[in-house]
Amino acid sequence: MNELDTLVAQARTDFDNAGDATQLDVAKSRYLGKGGAITQQMKTLGQLDPDARRAAGARINAAKDQIETALEARREAIRDAALAVQLSAEALDVTLPGRGLGKGGLHPVSRTLERIEALFRSIGFEVADGPEIETDFLNFTALNTPENHPARSMHDTFYLEGADDVLLRTHTSPVQVRTMLDHVARFGEREHMPEIRVIIPGRVYRVDSDATHSPMFHQVEGLWVGENISFADLKGVIADFLRKFFETDELQVRFRPSFFPFTEPSAEIDVAFMHGEMKGRWLEIAGCGMVHPNVLRHGGIDPERYTGFAFGMGPDRLTMLRYGINDLRLFFEGDLRFLGQFR
Amino acid sequence: MQFSEQWLRHFVDPKIDSEALGQLMTMAGLEVEEMNPVGGVFHSVVVGKILSTEKHPDADRLKVCQVDAGQEAPLQIVCGAPNAEAGMKVPCALVGASLPGFEIKKAKLRGVASHGMLCSARELGISDEHGGLYPLPDDAPVGTDVRQLLGLDDTVYVIKLTPNRADCLSLTGVAREVAALTDMPLTMPDLNPVAPSIDDRRPIALDAPAACPRFCGRIIRGVDARAATPEWMVRRLERSGIRAISALVDITNYVMLELGQPLHAYDNDRLDGTVRARMAQPGEKLLLLNEQDIDLADGTLVIADETRVLGMAGIMGGEESGISLDTRDVFLEAAYFAPDAVAGRAREYGFGSDASHRFERGVDFALSPVAIERASALILEICGGQAGPVVQAEAADHLPSRPAVTLRPARARRVMGIDLSDDEMASLLGRVHLDVVRDGDVLRVTPPSYRFDIEIEEDLVEELTRLYGYDNIPAPAPQGHLAMLDRPESRRDAWQVKRLIADRDYQEVVTYSFIEEAWEKDFCGNADPIRLANPIASQMNVMRSSLIPGLIGVLQTNRKRQNPRVRVFETGRCFRKAADGTPVAGYDQPVRVGLLASAGVAAEQWGVAHRNVDFYDIKGDLEALFLPKVLAFEAAEHPALHPGRSARVLCDGQPIGYLGEIHPKWVQKYDLGTAPVVCEVDIQALLAADLPVYSPISRLPAVVRDMALVVEHSVAAAAMLAALKAVAPAIVRDIQLFDVYQGKGVDPDKKSLAFRVLMQDTQRTLEDAEVEAAVATLVGCAATRFNAALRA
Repeated sequence: MNELDTLVAQARTDFDNAGDATQLDVAKSRYLGKGGAITQQMKTLGQLDPDARRAAGARINAAKDQIETALEARREAIRDAALAVQLSAEALDVTLPGRGLGKGGLHPVSRTLERIEALFRSIGFEVADGPEIETDFLNFTALNTPENHPARSMHDTFYLEGADDVLLRTHTSPVQVRTMLDHVARFGEREHMPEIRVIIPGRVYRVDSDATHSPMFHQVEGLWVGENISFADLKGVIADFLRKFFETDELQVRFRPSFFPFTEPSAEIDVAFMHGEMKGRWLEIAGCGMVHPNVLRHGGIDPERYTGFAFGMGPDRLTMLRYGINDLRLFFEGDLRFLGQFR
Repeated sequence: MQFSEQWLRHFVDPKIDSEALGQLMTMAGLEVEEMNPVGGVFHSVVVGKILSTEKHPDADRLKVCQVDAGQEAPLQIVCGAPNAEAGMKVPCALVGASLPGFEIKKAKLRGVASHGMLCSARELGISDEHGGLYPLPDDAPVGTDVRQLLGLDDTVYVIKLTPNRADCLSLTGVAREVAALTDMPLTMPDLNPVAPSIDDRRPIALDAPAACPRFCGRIIRGVDARAATPEWMVRRLERSGIRAISALVDITNYVMLELGQPLHAYDNDRLDGTVRARMAQPGEKLLLLNEQDIDLADGTLVIADETRVLGMAGIMGGEESGISLDTRDVFLEAAYFAPDAVAGRAREYGFGSDASHRFERGVDFALSPVAIERASALILEICGGQAGPVVQAEAADHLPSRPAVTLRPARARRVMGIDLSDDEMASLLGRVHLDVVRDGDVLRVTPPSYRFDIEIEEDLVEELTRLYGYDNIPAPAPQGHLAMLDRPESRRDAWQVKRLIADRDYQEVVTYSFIEEAWEKDFCGNADPIRLANPIASQMNVMRSSLIPGLIGVLQTNRKRQNPRVRVFETGRCFRKAADGTPVAGYDQPVRVGLLASAGVAAEQWGVAHRNVDFYDIKGDLEALFLPKVLAFEAAEHPALHPGRSARVLCDGQPIGYLGEIHPKWVQKYDLGTAPVVCEVDIQALLAADLPVYSPISRLPAVVRDMALVVEHSVAAAAMLAALKAVAPAIVRDIQLFDVYQGKGVDPDKKSLAFRVLMQDTQRTLEDAEVEAAVATLVGCAATRFNAALRA
């Protein structure tokens, strides 16, 4: 082994022994620094004749390259080791929960109302709204339920102190008449008035309170008035809605003759599930019928030319059926352990 | 209405079982709400006669009875009933009998053999009575099956009748309907008139002929008011939910159930002269049969004689003129009272009766002379006596008329949505005894006297639909004119906004719109709330004018249930008196959104230090909900809020609500824990959105200068920022407040507000001089307007 080979081997050993970047720099200066071994070797070249100088120079440069490569390799190894130490120290418990705000949610009945709106919008129903303190006239009289009509006793009505012409609406039906009047004001002059297709969700009030009745509850009214709207159309819309709402075709829907002063013919809508806990039981979920001609007239619409259907359903009931809730009062208590289940 | 199936089948007996009969009625609009078997499921129980009883040798409370149950020899049965006595007839379950819940076997009781069991009413599932043996009539034949004897193979139907079907408020009415639907014959009771055997008559006057256009009366003398009501009648009444009282009362009730005509029986000796149907006069009083003493209001139709009021017509009779067990002579009334004369009256007085229920819906006016004969016949049969002639007073002009109603079959097809021929329509209507006459393209349909619900064409369409069968109408996919719905970009979807709120960790709640009056006063400062005339409870007696009280209630509920961290919101109407309110005059009813947050700003967790939610947390939530709209806030007091920590919220310069921390006195009074922060805004403001407008962005470098200005505490940051923006030269694109500092280096009564000023031009690079000039303008403005000094 010649002198240069020894030098390279020695440098490799020195570099390997350097534990960190500073020690490595010290070792480097021993070979490649100003007074380093390779530099010393270079200085001896001047004494040689040109041929010998060329050959010796090439040998020294080769040794220098080897030393530099060794240096770089060691430098990288030291960097990698330091990084490994740092990474190991920085390791997290990735199973700890994330930081920040939680998420609230909608009321379960809101979930239902949102879906009802979306389903009806998909066949062109708009959403309307109306006051909850309503006139006696629109809540009853305009809906073909004059004073002393026995049907008034079907609705136990909340009245306001000191006012006998207003009440808390007992149903969303008065908005039917409001909607018709607005519609006629907007489009009545046209030769062909566009159809009214509207649903009206909202709170309603009756003097009643137990596990299945609340003095305040929700209703969704629906109204479709056009030149040729029939009872068969009503059945079609409701049956389609219920199957889409409950996301099953395995649902029996029954229209049972009933009576409401503001529709004729009138029906109650019952559903029965074919599976699950409620299997086979008829559950009343809505009332409906063809809009009574007197109601159309109160809405400014000619009952000879236009016919229509209306329905009123109980979204609270639908929500209870859909999520298996057994007590209506839970909806209005505000217990977050209950409400939080519907996020 | 409720009634026995056996009774119904007496009039019409379709070949279908109880279940199917119930289904048939339901689908015809007579909704069967309940179907209850009359007795329990049992067999091999017969009439037994107790021949003798002896004390059990080894048990004080047991008796050893010898019972004749129609077997070859008497049966020995051990029995514990206190009322077991020799001579009594009782239900006897034979060995091998099955009773609800157990079977009867040969047994020894305390060493004595027992071959059967004597039964109480409860053991047979007849009633809850279990104090002793169920006594059977003395004339019950020994050995007869008890089910048969008591008619227990029966079902009670409870039907919920809609107000339009008054014609079905009787057994014969329901039977008529069932007969039509099943095409079976209808057997009516014997309605033949009773031949008078005396000539006593009491004059009748119709002083209010519109309210009472027909009144039939009859005297029956010499009745035995103490006669026993026959077993079959008692049973039918009881299964209709009417307790048997005495023969005369039972008979009037029975005829009402059977035919639908309410009747009234007076003690003839207590009447004076002519009986009149007239309006009550001012100041008149009446003691009712239910012992209620009432002042009669004007416009109440009464029955009176020459000296006093006898009863409220069609609602309830009077105590003083009524029959008793000592009554000898009866005056029987069967009248027609117009629905308008009765409707609502009973409710005004706070009670109702089976009679008023029928009259206000409409009683068949042709029935009065028929029903009085039926009742007379039953009285003579059961109580004996001699009947006078029926006196009928009538104001024919005022009786309801039944004009023909025109049905256009084409319209019926259009409304029903099916193709039903004219002939089929005529045939369907004929089945329920509507008289149909063809007249060119239309049908002229005349209803019978008992149908009060057929006045217009729609009534016939309904009848047709019902008879055709709602189930038989198809349910096709609907067809309509396709038109896209409006989707204004300047209005956000309410559901989207609700979800934005929920995404900021608020749970939606729904609270009652009526609240406690004290809440309205404390949290809304409202001394004149909208009060309910008939609240369901005293703590739900006024309409809320704000959502905050309800949210506070939710906080209380959850704190009581060990959940103090509450973040909730509600959207809903609030109510205030307002003369110019719309759409209902006198009331303002805007829809608002309210938020409440209390306790920890985040749920307890390892990664965030616990901190209670404060004013600026909710303010940040509210600002985020409105983005890109920028809200303004100004200090303003509110009854619910801490006076130094409450603000009015403005959007586009308009006040839309308020925000703040609940006042410490309410926190204490209502035990709310750490002070909750609330806000409430008008939903319309939250739903409104501006259409974005493009403005060019600059590609040139921006210059940023920070300036810290020291001002008095009382200076509102927003006011200062607004003033700076107002005087800023055009090159200032934005000014941000980025730090608020109090502490070392700043006077204790002052604060340092640090602003970052961003300057940029779209066309050219800014020069130092103009940048410095702009900053100088801003600092100068701050100095003159707010006495601000640059922080050293």
